[in-house]
Amino acid sequence: MEDFLRTFFDQTVNGLVIGNIYALTAVGLAIIFGVGNLINFAHGSVYMVGAYVGWVCVTRLGLPLPAAFGVVVVVCGLLGMLIERLGLRSLQNSARIAPLLATIGISFVLDQLIQLTFTRAPQSFPSPLPNTRFPIGGVSIGVIDLLIAATGIGSAAVLYLFLRYTKLGWALRATAQDRDAAQQMGVNVNAVNQTAFAVASILGGIAGMLVGIYFSTVYPTMSFQAGLKGFAANLLGGLGNVPGAVLGGLLLGLIESYGVSLFGATYRNLFAYAILILVLLLRPQGLFSRQRQAPPEPLTGTFVPNSKPIHVPPWAIAVAAGAALLLPLFVANPYVLQVLTNAWLFSMIALSITLATGTAGQTSLGHAGFIAIGAYASALLTQRLGLPFTVALPAAAILTALLGTLLVLPAFRLRAHYVAIATLGIGEIVNQMILNWDWLTNGVMGISNLPPPSFFGREAVRIQDVYWYALALLGIAALIQWRLVRSPLGRTWRALRDDDIAAQSYGINLNRYKTLVFASSTLIAGMTGAFTGHMYSYINHESFTNTISILGLTMVILGGMGNLIGAVVGAVALISLPEFFRVLVDYRYLVYGLTLLLLIRFRPQGLLGTV
Amino acid sequence: MALLELNSLSRNFGGVLAVDHVSFDLHAGETVSVIGPNGAGKTTLFNLITGLDQPSSGTILLDGKALTGLRVDQFVERGIARTFQHGRVFGNMSVLENVLIGAHSRRQAAQRGLPFIELVRELLLALWPSPSVAAEEAQLRQQALEILSLFGERLLPRLQQPAYSLSYANRRRLEMARALASQPRILLLDEPTAGMNPTETAEVLAFIRTLKTRNLTILLIEHKLSLVMELSDRVIVMDNGQKIAEGKPHDVRNDPRVIEAYLGHPAPHPSPSPFSAETHFHTEGTTTS
Repeated sequence: MEDFLRTFFDQTVNGLVIGNIYALTAVGLAIIFGVGNLINFAHGSVYMVGAYVGWVCVTRLGLPLPAAFGVVVVVCGLLGMLIERLGLRSLQNSARIAPLLATIGISFVLDQLIQLTFTRAPQSFPSPLPNTRFPIGGVSIGVIDLLIAATGIGSAAVLYLFLRYTKLGWALRATAQDRDAAQQMGVNVNAVNQTAFAVASILGGIAGMLVGIYFSTVYPTMSFQAGLKGFAANLLGGLGNVPGAVLGGLLLGLIESYGVSLFGATYRNLFAYAILILVLLLRPQGLFSRQRQAPPEPLTGTFVPNSKPIHVPPWAIAVAAGAALLLPLFVANPYVLQVLTNAWLFSMIALSITLATGTAGQTSLGHAGFIAIGAYASALLTQRLGLPFTVALPAAAILTALLGTLLVLPAFRLRAHYVAIATLGIGEIVNQMILNWDWLTNGVMGISNLPPPSFFGREAVRIQDVYWYALALLGIAALIQWRLVRSPLGRTWRALRDDDIAAQSYGINLNRYKTLVFASSTLIAGMTGAFTGHMYSYINHESFTNTISILGLTMVILGGMGNLIGAVVGAVALISLPEFFRVLVDYRYLVYGLTLLLLIRFRPQGLLGTV
Repeated sequence: MALLELNSLSRNFGGVLAVDHVSFDLHAGETVSVIGPNGAGKTTLFNLITGLDQPSSGTILLDGKALTGLRVDQFVERGIARTFQHGRVFGNMSVLENVLIGAHSRRQAAQRGLPFIELVRELLLALWPSPSVAAEEAQLRQQALEILSLFGERLLPRLQQPAYSLSYANRRRLEMARALASQPRILLLDEPTAGMNPTETAEVLAFIRTLKTRNLTILLIEHKLSLVMELSDRVIVMDNGQKIAEGKPHDVRNDPRVIEAYLGHPAPHPSPSPFSAETHFHTEGTTTS
């Protein structure tokens, strides 16, 4: 009993400390959502930048902690203002999802800049704080715990006073309630937005630095998890609700802490995603909001900008396909062939994403999860059941279609941008399942020694064979999708995308057509995953990360939403161009991020136009 | 028996009765107009009849059978089609495709069947259309062209153009064409002439007359009262969610309650009837939806 109480107390303190960090992150997201109606995907990156700035100040420059705090505040505040300028203000007249995509681009750029400057490796962040611990009863609390708690409560108090008693605070609240009315009353909405982004980013940066000290380490990939958890906390408290974000953060911290002590540390992240999905489905207005209904669509409007697609004549497609087919006969360089094989596989991913996102308007940020399901299904079917690859690949594709659709099914009642967030969470949940279901997936160890892809007993031994197999699969996928998209079914999907209310009123059963589109889309994703797994011969939970989903979406936007040729062009461009201009290889993700940003700003309909 | 029967239909929005115990019948072949000031609950009433919104109480009967508990998309299958007040065409789809969507629920492939099997069937029919599905599609295209030709040369030359490129009036026409493609038994038109100039309004009037001659049952929300007087077999007047009058156009026009709803309490000296000549009460305000 004594032990239980001690553990319980420890976990509570631990949960509240981490919860304070989540609260700081969530409050920033809430402020930005409030004034800008924007889910800021770059927030996690700002948090990571804050951690690195603090680390540089303390370990490299030898500054005392308060000075480091000051530098973090200045740097992150400026960064926030820059994000507002690039991600929000210049996109005011674009499609309403544009700012959200822009912040994804900004986060790519920030993450990559930090990686290029400080490498991918985690950096040790020795605590600049005294190592004293204060005993309370049978347990003790460290200085860092107190600092985090004090910062959390202190910032919340300062923020409250700021919003309540300063003129700028009033302007901020007014803008959050009704942007147009505030503008009419003489509020400089741009200045308010900029302030909101600055305040939010300062809070995020401080949270990042405190986490760096708490775990004695900083690393570039800490951004994604932080952003998503901040978002989960924010959603828990009610999107855009500042006090709700504080409570949501603390609650999420406690749930995680108790959960980890019950189930083990590898389950840590699962709780955040499970909460994300559950709240979205059961109580989209958040736990602490009085509102009965979900908040009005934050970013309504069709994803797809109006455009006339560029017509690519059939002979040009035939020539390009022929050239791709004959290429290995003339080019022996295995590196070139490998890069192009990757491009074909990514083309399939882009096709799969563009079917759901471009054709049917169901924005997916979780396709990596479906690819992973395909890869594991095929790996297990060949290794455990001894099925030949020729059978395992289609079986894995069908399994992915079934499982993938079932996973997305609960999210069918969500609309527009909530679908994007839900699929993001679903993708992460798949990854967490793979990590935790050791009995099935071999956990962290992954599955190795997968047989190389082979069809009808013809194993792909040489890279040329792998290339042709990948190209053939792409051909099959593209053909299937082409037939679907130009059929009456494709027409129905596009109606659903353009206006789901009107579509329903004209007899379109939304659930049926969402089921059909996710089944078709995940079928192609599963096929791609199965092939990729066998090509690598080894897969684990890190083989198919969220980056793939976002990269795939970038390709889709580059080529033009719903545009099949565009998807292939986008994939080939983004995969092969950085490889063939050797200088760019290290800067690849920087290129991706900038591409996304520039496209959204200057050519939202993509190179070939939306269909 | 009435084709459509509304029994004490109500819709409560958090204490506000947007539609307050409204009852009326609609008989086959009739054209009935619903008029009333902005905010009277007309569009909410349309949303209830088309399934986009659920009544708080009361029933809607089609051919004596209750429509309660059906999903929105099933209302079209039963023969109820509508247009929207502010126009909702599928912007990135061509004119022809927009009309074909109207015929969606009549397509073989879209029919319900055994769970799961119906989905596989629809996918396979999309990949390899059977001869009958291909013939059906060709026939639907033919019908779509016939419907579009009702608008003369307004839409026919623009078949392959995306709907977002159409003029406002053409989008409204396209919506009507799309609704007709479902071969409705009852057509609900929500302010079909809103924002149209007199010439365009006259065209719509002629168009609705054509539909009347084809014996289509029409329920019309309209602010341009000259149009209402000319087309309607019966007029229903709503105010504050309630039906305040119902009758033949010329009876309704002189009903004191109606005059009061439009003009407020009777003035000390006689005020002109709101229905005189070209008076109409169209405003740009939004109706609760």
